[in-house]
Amino acid sequence: MDAEITLRVDGQRRTLSVDTRTTLLDALRERMGVTSPKKGCDHGQCGACTVLLDGRRATSCLTFAVANDDSEVVTAEGLAEDERPHPVQQAFLDNDGFQCGYCTPGQICSAVGMLDEVKAGWPSHVTEDLDEPPELDDEEIRERMSGNLCRCGAYANIVSAIREAAE
Amino acid sequence: MKPFDYQRADDADSAIATVSGDPEARYIGGGTNLVDHMKLGITEPGKLVDITRLPYDSVEALPGGGVRIGATVRNSDLAASHVIRQRYPVLAQALLAGASGQLRNLATTGGNLLQRTRCSYFQDTSTPCNKREPGTGCSALEGWNRYHAVLGASEHCVATNPSDMAVALAALDATVLVRGQEGQRRIPVTELHRLPGDEPERETVLEHGELITAVELPAPSESSRSTYRKVRDRASYAFALVSVAAVVEVSEGAISHARIALGGLAHKPWRATAAEEALRGAPATEETFRNAAEAELAEARALRDNAFKIPMTRNTLSAVLRELTRQEGA
Ligand SMILES: Cc1cc2nc3c(=O)[nH]c(=O)nc-3n(C[C@H](O)[C@H](O)[C@H](O)COP(=O)(O)OP(=O)(O)OC[C@H]3O[C@@H](n4cnc5c(N)ncnc54)[C@H](O)[C@@H]3O)c2cc1C
Ligand code: SF4
Ligand code: FES
Ligand code: FES
Repeated sequence: MDAEITLRVDGQRRTLSVDTRTTLLDALRERMGVTSPKKGCDHGQCGACTVLLDGRRATSCLTFAVANDDSEVVTAEGLAEDERPHPVQQAFLDNDGFQCGYCTPGQICSAVGMLDEVKAGWPSHVTEDLDEPPELDDEEIRERMSGNLCRCGAYANIVSAIREAAE
Repeated sequence: MKPFDYQRADDADSAIATVSGDPEARYIGGGTNLVDHMKLGITEPGKLVDITRLPYDSVEALPGGGVRIGATVRNSDLAASHVIRQRYPVLAQALLAGASGQLRNLATTGGNLLQRTRCSYFQDTSTPCNKREPGTGCSALEGWNRYHAVLGASEHCVATNPSDMAVALAALDATVLVRGQEGQRRIPVTELHRLPGDEPERETVLEHGELITAVELPAPSESSRSTYRKVRDRASYAFALVSVAAVVEVSEGAISHARIALGGLAHKPWRATAAEEALRGAPATEETFRNAAEAELAEARALRDNAFKIPMTRNTLSAVLRELTRQEGA
């Protein structure tokens, strides 16, 4: 069954007709040619498909496109401004925060969303005092980024990149 | 995946009428469990009614000092809510111990409560499973059962409930508000989920078409302490092997009140009433903690791969009680 939906993707308004079974990830990649979100597991287990959905990080493989009609989607591709990389992207470059790069767009979107969560004062599983503004040390970065797996094991440099971007 | 019709619900009554009137219809919240199951072929709804735009997305203070949590509040927003962090830390901690940041931003209160077991045979449609296909047998009973139940299981199903949030809600004496075609009813969260018995396919007491609208928490006692501790195979982003949610009050060195729920051990969040009984009025000592754990685990039965859960529960419960009673004295 088809449905017509409108999304803003990386700043562009897109209207398309989708089969209700299409996930947001497949709509982006297969229907709109936006291939920066990657399909790793397709079951919420790896984070490669992470995008910013109405400003919040989300796994695009576990939500149907039709459920996101009228939403704003930002992928790693849409983070750059005026051809200049986003500070988190620049930090990944400067710190060698990747090897093959497959997990990277998801890592970057997740990091951008995560840094906003920290700014908003959200605690994490490792935050000592739930009521104090969290301090983003390496343990906090690791916990908050645990939804993004890296098959190449670039974790040490990913943590450095995020630490630098947070400063 | 089977084709399905999708509707965004604008009001609860018509959503309830639609789902109640169609055995193939299902509600969908964040979709993080249901979409997964549709991909795996475990569930094949003909119609999805999306409830995320219904006006159930707030956390409100109640006149008596309690809190009402709307069914579509996202897990991340609930964990970040100030009233939850300050007055119900066990709930914030349980939520933060579950899934990942990008999943918690999608997952809803109602969907979290109704998420289904992670039993690997249940998720694999090529293997027999009484829960997925009643009467086919239980592959886990003699199979790989490291994550499975040691309390309240049956020969028909040994699966565990995977929710962290529900364990905290059980220790908090939460009430689930449900609406159906016949009107509204209130269900203590400890009575929402069922033990498997000979009908493991029925996981809750809800009727088809009943909609969870909210969860209510009673006012916390000012002198109580609460915490959630989760033991798992890796430090983050993994389901519980064992978890403990506890709300404890100590006065003059004795435990005056304790509410404890255990996760990872049973088909439902397991309210540890025998342990609570053993703790009531007892001095806050190692011996008391151990006795409480032993009382609760007296009926525990291990399977091939999960005997470790029994001592792990004993140790985790003791550690939690030690922490909560020590904090009180500090
Ligand atoms: C990789 C991964 C790791 C995870 N790790 C954890 C973990 O460590 N701990 C943990 O607790 N959870 C974990 N989860 C599970 C996650 O918490 C659940 O998937 C989520 O809470 C479900 O909420 P949802 O809104 O997405 O539900 P949905 O998928 O939308 O719905 C789930 C079920 O609830 C029904 N439903 C939804 N809302 C209502 C309502 N209001 N009334 C009636 N019926 C309703 C739906 O019909 C469906 O049957 C994990 C999930 C993934 C994918
Ligand atoms: S434990 Fe339950 S869910 Fe798992 S295979 Fe057995 S019947 Fe199915
Ligand atoms: S592809 Fe979405 S989490 Fe792996
Ligand atoms: S850089 Fe290769 S998977 Fe992360």
